Amino acid sequence: MQTQGVAGKRPADIYFFATCVVDQFFPGAGLDAITLLEREGIRVHFPVAQTCCGQPAYTSGFPDQARAVAAHQLTLFPENWPLVVPSGSCAGMIKHHYPRLFADDPQRRAQAEALSLRVYEFTDFLVNVLGYAAQDQGAECTVVLHTSCSARREMGVHLSSRQLLDGMKGVTVAMQDHESECCGFGGTFSLKQPEISAAMVADKLESLKATGAERVLSADCGCLMNILGHAAWKDAQDGQTSATLPGEHIASFLLRRTEQGAAK
Amino acid sequence: MSEHTMQFMPGAGFRARARAAVDNPALRRSFRAAMDFLIAKRSAQFDDPLELETLRTLGEQIRQYNLGKLPELLEQLEARLTGNGIQVHWAETPDEANAIILGICKAHSAKLMVKGKSMVSEEIELNHACAAAGIEAMESDMGEYIVQLAGEKPSHIIMPAIHKTKEEIAHLFHDKVDGVAYTDNVDELIQIGRRVLREKFLVADIGLSGVNFAVAETGTLCLVENEGNGRLSTTAPPVHIAITGIEKVVEKLAHVPPLLSLLTRSATGQNISTYFNMISGARRPGEKDGPHEVHLVLLDNGRTQAYADEQLRTTLQCIRCGACMNHCPVYTRIGGHAYGTTYPGPIGKIVSPHLLGLEATATLTTASSLCGACGEVCPVKIPIPDLLMRLRSEAFSAPHDDPRLRGQGAARSRLMSGVWQIWARIYRSPTLYGITSWLASRFNCLTPSRQGPWTAVRTPLKPAPKRLRDLLKEKA
Repeated sequence: MQTQGVAGKRPADIYFFATCVVDQFFPGAGLDAITLLEREGIRVHFPVAQTCCGQPAYTSGFPDQARAVAAHQLTLFPENWPLVVPSGSCAGMIKHHYPRLFADDPQRRAQAEALSLRVYEFTDFLVNVLGYAAQDQGAECTVVLHTSCSARREMGVHLSSRQLLDGMKGVTVAMQDHESECCGFGGTFSLKQPEISAAMVADKLESLKATGAERVLSADCGCLMNILGHAAWKDAQDGQTSATLPGEHIASFLLRRTEQGAAK
Repeated sequence: MSEHTMQFMPGAGFRARARAAVDNPALRRSFRAAMDFLIAKRSAQFDDPLELETLRTLGEQIRQYNLGKLPELLEQLEARLTGNGIQVHWAETPDEANAIILGICKAHSAKLMVKGKSMVSEEIELNHACAAAGIEAMESDMGEYIVQLAGEKPSHIIMPAIHKTKEEIAHLFHDKVDGVAYTDNVDELIQIGRRVLREKFLVADIGLSGVNFAVAETGTLCLVENEGNGRLSTTAPPVHIAITGIEKVVEKLAHVPPLLSLLTRSATGQNISTYFNMISGARRPGEKDGPHEVHLVLLDNGRTQAYADEQLRTTLQCIRCGACMNHCPVYTRIGGHAYGTTYPGPIGKIVSPHLLGLEATATLTTASSLCGACGEVCPVKIPIPDLLMRLRSEAFSAPHDDPRLRGQGAARSRLMSGVWQIWARIYRSPTLYGITSWLASRFNCLTPSRQGPWTAVRTPLKPAPKRLRDLLKEKA
C-alpha cells in the first residue's frame, strides 16, 4: 500500500489517466472521479492524447504491440505530478509492467521507472494521499464490493475501497462468499476460454446476489463490464424488466452520496 | 501415434473438455467443496502473514540457491549416493527412464512392482511401459489406487482421486475388487484398499517411489507421505527404484526443514506429514530389513530447456504442493482431467510446455485470467502469471530454427498478428484513436448485438454516446 504523496504532501495538480474502458464505456465514472478530485481542491489534468495502457496486447502475448502503445503514453505525463488511474488493473500495468516492458530501452526504462513511482489507483490516492473520508448524505443502503485481482494482488490497494465505504454512515457493506476470487474477465481470456469465463462470472454474480445487497460497486470497470454485462443478460433471460443487481464504479457512488440531498 | 499418446495432446480438445467439465454441476460442486476445504486448511496453518512471508522468501531463496548450482549439486549427489551404495541413472527422455526401470526389473525377473505415489512416474507413463513389458505395476497410494482401478489418470498432484465421490469409489471397489460387498462407508473402503495392498507389498519384486528432496551433501532421498505406503514401497520389496526430476536436489540437509514445512502446510494444511522417509542406502550387513538394492533415476524431460532461460528457470523452483491448483478459479471450475497433462492447474500450464512443447500446450497458457491467486499462494514464489504471459508471447513469436523453447511460434497466425498490429496502430496514435473512438460512440447504434463468445452470457458491449473526453470538453 502506498502511504505517501509524491512529495509527502497533498498535491495541487494531478494527471488523470482514464483508461480506454472508462473513456469509451464508462465515461460517467471517469467524470465523477474527476469531479470528486476537483471538489477536494485538486487541479486535474487530462492529457487528451492518452489512449490505452497497452495491457490487452501485453497479457495476450503481444509485448511488441503493447510496447508501441505504452511508449506513446510515456510521453504524456512530463510533470512530477501523481498519475491517478480509476482502475487497479491499468494502474498495475503502468506501475509494475512498464519498467519491464522497456527493460532493453534505457531511456524509456528510466522514464517508466520514474512514472511508476507516482502512479496511484484512484481509491488508494483518495485514502492514503488525500486522507479523504466521504461525508455520507445518502439514505441507508447495503452494497457489495467487488475488488479486482490487480487491485488486490498487484497493487495491494484492495483495502482502500472498503475503508472508504466503511466510513460512510448510511452504507452497509455486505460480504460475499469467495470474495477474493476473480470475476472471470481477464481481458482476452473471456474470449479465448469463454466457457470457463462464463462459469466464473455466473458464480461471481450468484455470490454477489446472495448477499441481498442493493448494488455492486467496484473500482475497476473491466470487472464491472463483465459482471454487469452478465447480470443484465441474466435478467433478460429471467424476464426481469429492471436490473436485479445494478452496479457502478465506486467514484460515482461516492460522488452521489456526498452531494447535498443525496439519494441512494 | 498410439492411442495413449493421443491423450497427451492437451491443446487439441482442451476447450471441449473444459466445456464438458463446467457443464457438469456435480463435478463443479465437488471440486469447489474440495478446494474450499484445502484452502481453509492451508489458511489455518498460515495465520501469521509475516511468518508466512518470511518462510516463503526463505523457500524461494533456498530453491534459487540450489538451482543456481544445479550441475555441481547433481554431480555431488551422484557421488554421495554412489558412496552410500545407491545406483544412479540418468534419463533424458521418458523412454530412456522407462528403459532403465524395465532393465532393472528384467535383471530381477520382476513380475510385480508396487508404487508409492510418484508424479514423475505418471510423467513417463511408467504403468503403460510396465504393462507392455508384462510387469504388473500396482499403485499403493489410496488415491492413485482408486484412479488406477478406474483406468483414469490423477486429477490433482496431491489428491489424485479428488474428482471421485465416495459413492463412485464404493461402486468401483464393488465392481473391481474380488469379494467386496458394496459399502460407501469411508473407513470400510480404506480398510478394503489396505487389505488388498498389504498382500502386494509382501510379494512385490520391486518398490517404486518418487523423491521430494534429494540431499547432495549426504546422499539422502527424502520422501513425504501420509499413508505409510511410501515407507512400505521403499522397504518391503527387495529392490527400491526411486525416480525424480533433476531439479529436486538441494545441497544441504538444513535446506529440507523449511521446504518440508512449506510443502505440507501449503499442500494439505498439515504441520508435518504423517511419514517423512529419509533413504540413505540399501540394507547393510547385519540389518534386518530394507531393500537389497536401491536405484535413483534422474529425469530431465525438458527441464534443462527451462533451466537455460533465467525467467523460465523459476518453474523449476516448484516443490509440487498443489496449492496453486487449490486456489485457481479455473482449476476449481474444470478439474484436473480437462487439462490433459500430467501436471494440471497453474503449475501444469508453466511446466508442461517444457515437457511436451508449445505446439501441444499453447492453448493451456490461454486458460488463465491472470488473477494472480496462484502466485500469491506459491510457497516458493514462482511468478506464475508472468510466466504465463511469457509463454503466450513465445507461442506467438516468430518460429526459430533453433528455438529456445520447443514449439516456439506454434500459435502464430496471420490473423492474430494482424489484429494486434492494427490495434497497436490505432492506440499508439491519438489521431487514429480519436477518430475510431469517436465513430464508435457517434454510431453506437450500429454496435453489433452479437459479439462472439462475449454475448453468449453477457449483453453486448456498447460504447457510450459520448466519450469521457467529450464530456470533459462540455464541462470546461
